[in-house]
Amino acid sequence: MLRDLEDNHGPALSRRALLRGGAAVLGGLMIGIELPVRRARADEPASTGAPLNAFVHVPPEGRVELIMPSVEMGQGAYTSQAMCLAEELDIGLDQIIAIHAPPDQPKYGNPLFVVQATGGSTTTMAWTEPLRKAGATARAMLVAAAAAEWGVDPATLTTEKGMVSDPGSGRTLAYGALADRAATVPPAAEVTLKDPAQFRLIGTPAHRIDTPDKAVGKTVYGIDVIRPGMKFAALMASPVIGGTVARVDDAPALAQPGVRQVVVLDDLVAVVADNTWAAQQGLAALVVDWTAGPHAGLDQAQLWADIEKASQGPGVVAQKEGEALAALNGGTLFEASYELPFLAHTPMEPLNCTVHVHDGQCEIWVGTQVPGFCQMGAAKALGIDPSKVSVNNHIIGGGFGRRLEADYAKIAARIAAKVDGPVKVTWSREEDIKQDILRPLYHDRLKARVENGKVTAWHHRVTGASILARWLPPAFKNGIDGDAVDGAVDSPYGFDSVLVEYIRHESPVPVGFWRGVGPNSSVFSAESFLDLIAKQTGVDPVDFRRGMLDKTPRALAVLNAAAAKARWGTPAPASPSGARVGRGVALMHAFGSFLACVADVAIADSGDVRVTRVVIAADVGRVINPDIVVAQIQGGATFGITTVLHDAITIEGGSIQQSNFHDYRLIRIDEMPAIEVEIIGSTEKPGGIGEPGTVIVQPAVANAIFAATGVQLTRMPVDPARIAKAV
Amino acid sequence: MTDLTINGSRRSVDVPDETPLLWVLRDVLGMTGTKFGCGIAQCGACTVHLDGVAVRSCQLAVGDVGTQAITTIEGVGATPEGAKVQKAWLDLEVIQCGYCQPGQIMSAAALLAANPAPNDAAIDAAMAGNLCRCGTYVRIREGIKHAARS
Repeated sequence: MLRDLEDNHGPALSRRALLRGGAAVLGGLMIGIELPVRRARADEPASTGAPLNAFVHVPPEGRVELIMPSVEMGQGAYTSQAMCLAEELDIGLDQIIAIHAPPDQPKYGNPLFVVQATGGSTTTMAWTEPLRKAGATARAMLVAAAAAEWGVDPATLTTEKGMVSDPGSGRTLAYGALADRAATVPPAAEVTLKDPAQFRLIGTPAHRIDTPDKAVGKTVYGIDVIRPGMKFAALMASPVIGGTVARVDDAPALAQPGVRQVVVLDDLVAVVADNTWAAQQGLAALVVDWTAGPHAGLDQAQLWADIEKASQGPGVVAQKEGEALAALNGGTLFEASYELPFLAHTPMEPLNCTVHVHDGQCEIWVGTQVPGFCQMGAAKALGIDPSKVSVNNHIIGGGFGRRLEADYAKIAARIAAKVDGPVKVTWSREEDIKQDILRPLYHDRLKARVENGKVTAWHHRVTGASILARWLPPAFKNGIDGDAVDGAVDSPYGFDSVLVEYIRHESPVPVGFWRGVGPNSSVFSAESFLDLIAKQTGVDPVDFRRGMLDKTPRALAVLNAAAAKARWGTPAPASPSGARVGRGVALMHAFGSFLACVADVAIADSGDVRVTRVVIAADVGRVINPDIVVAQIQGGATFGITTVLHDAITIEGGSIQQSNFHDYRLIRIDEMPAIEVEIIGSTEKPGGIGEPGTVIVQPAVANAIFAATGVQLTRMPVDPARIAKAV
Repeated sequence: MTDLTINGSRRSVDVPDETPLLWVLRDVLGMTGTKFGCGIAQCGACTVHLDGVAVRSCQLAVGDVGTQAITTIEGVGATPEGAKVQKAWLDLEVIQCGYCQPGQIMSAAALLAANPAPNDAAIDAAMAGNLCRCGTYVRIREGIKHAARS
């Protein structure tokens, strides 16, 4: 069950006031925990709350309120975070309410990112232990309150399903009845977490807490927000990157029924109306001349050529083991390059943001992965203090990295500043794509020396834009973007000498994080290259990999499990259409997880590729909820199949050429293979699982195409014409 | 004024006839369960039923609805197929972000009403108009079969 605090306590009591006031305001127990001291970021909002990090509120009656530091965007984070809290607190998932955390970096900043952000498959890695501690601390305070009430030793009491019991006397008390007294108990500095053998929730396929409302259309996404007196806006920004508005004739727009107002800003126009349709009609009627600006000459062929040229130069060393360059001067050498295109996110919920600017304040209703950035961005756009900006977060209809940006909040705030009353700004799908902050272009250049069936020297040079240098400047250190080279450094394979380099190459095209992030390109390139070497040396691709995994038994285990489950070594089943078939493999270590994938493809004479089966084995460390892990792998793999088969964003005349799902295709159910997932049991530290499925399936499919046709996929995505020519 | 029957209730709206039903539901009536995804009938997020048949409400002018009964995600649970599909979706945890799922559920419920035991080809034909970016297709297929068996 999900609930917006404001809906329950009225607008007069903000979440922040609740968090700060806690027990004093509402009665009941607020529990906080201390996190390690974290670095501050200059453009993040200052702390506005109490110095403790609060996650648990036990009201005198009703469900326990759990405040969710990571947002729910489909990845199951609300369920897994609630499981961690509820496990230690000894309550059921049917006894809780999940509450969206407000922007408050000191309380809810991701321990791995510093900033308050949900992404990079970090929720489970970052929050499992802090949330378990918060639950355990709250439980200890409730037990202490009961022990005081009954005059017994707290150690003799037990807890279950939100009740404290005294086995000696048979007495019980509900947490709610103990909450006020527990709030006066000083929290223990150290708490003992449960022995995993005692877990009742963690490790079980518990049902999700967010899905019952979603199944009946009750969930309120950002786009569903309704405010009293709200108007609706449609917008269009310069179709050319960096362009500006030259001239507007608003008369035809204002003549449309339902249109109230035309807002003209430097770089965009918006039409405000009684409903979104009327606003869209007004926008279509609006006459706008644009000044193209300095980037009108950008085109895709030149962008490819520029990054290829940049990739030739020496890079900054990201990893160096031994003397790879010297070793690559002789012997049997291999070399290849792989190019990855710009990509759009296209979450099914188009960008949107509702804003009310009034009396020096700015109220925002939105679904975002970065509530703090939205607060800060809107404040900056309006020239007001961040403390005057409130952000009401919502369940997100797909993030995939797009909502790690705050552009929509800034834009909506600028529009709202011109509008009397609240306004919901909804991007059309065309604007959602054309104004996307894209997955960067990458050019990966690899060289290897092979001796006695093993790679003895390995050189991987990654060329691409740095997202981190813009998004989290302190994380961009010594010229290295740790995201761009993630998956290239710390490869699971035991090469004798390794050199990984990074070349930062920027273009005017705005780029950002995208599901799978850096490892998408580096794992794709490395795993494609390994298959090229295996083929040219006449070695089986699985055997070739196995021979280099002496030092990474977890990697070897997932590779063996995927190979066994897929019956590697037997031919891919013949296709009913008589098409060519092939089977490919890939292996990865990133996000703290190990995955191996075997994919089967069937290829028509037209060059069209169909993925017919996907098998994935994963070791993600200790699992919180195995069903959510499987769902994330299935979903991630589906996302990756779309990527390898269909998608590229291209730029011409400084504009994104694609506009909607007819020319930016997502895979549909009639193209879907079976996806079989095997989770390897593990007690290692939890790894992330939102991204890896997307990463691992792409090289496995590319290698299956290579096996079937002899054609390596050196520039994504699949080009049926090129494959048709080869077959 | 245009009179509509939505989930068994009579509603009147004062909008131009060409206004798509999607925006009447969402912005005029505040029934936000039906989703906007693409505006060009490519994604299926806006799927509703007209007399039990799945249609894309982003392409349906409200003036063309006439006396046909509209069913949305908020009301489909009152039909046997809608209830079965919603239960199957929760039993199998089909849903991730959930934004496309009102459309998926409406398409699946209409499919089961017309074909109580659909095979894979029938599922493909009925569901290929509904996009999901999270990648829930594998479970949507299982979910429809699970609902058909129940």
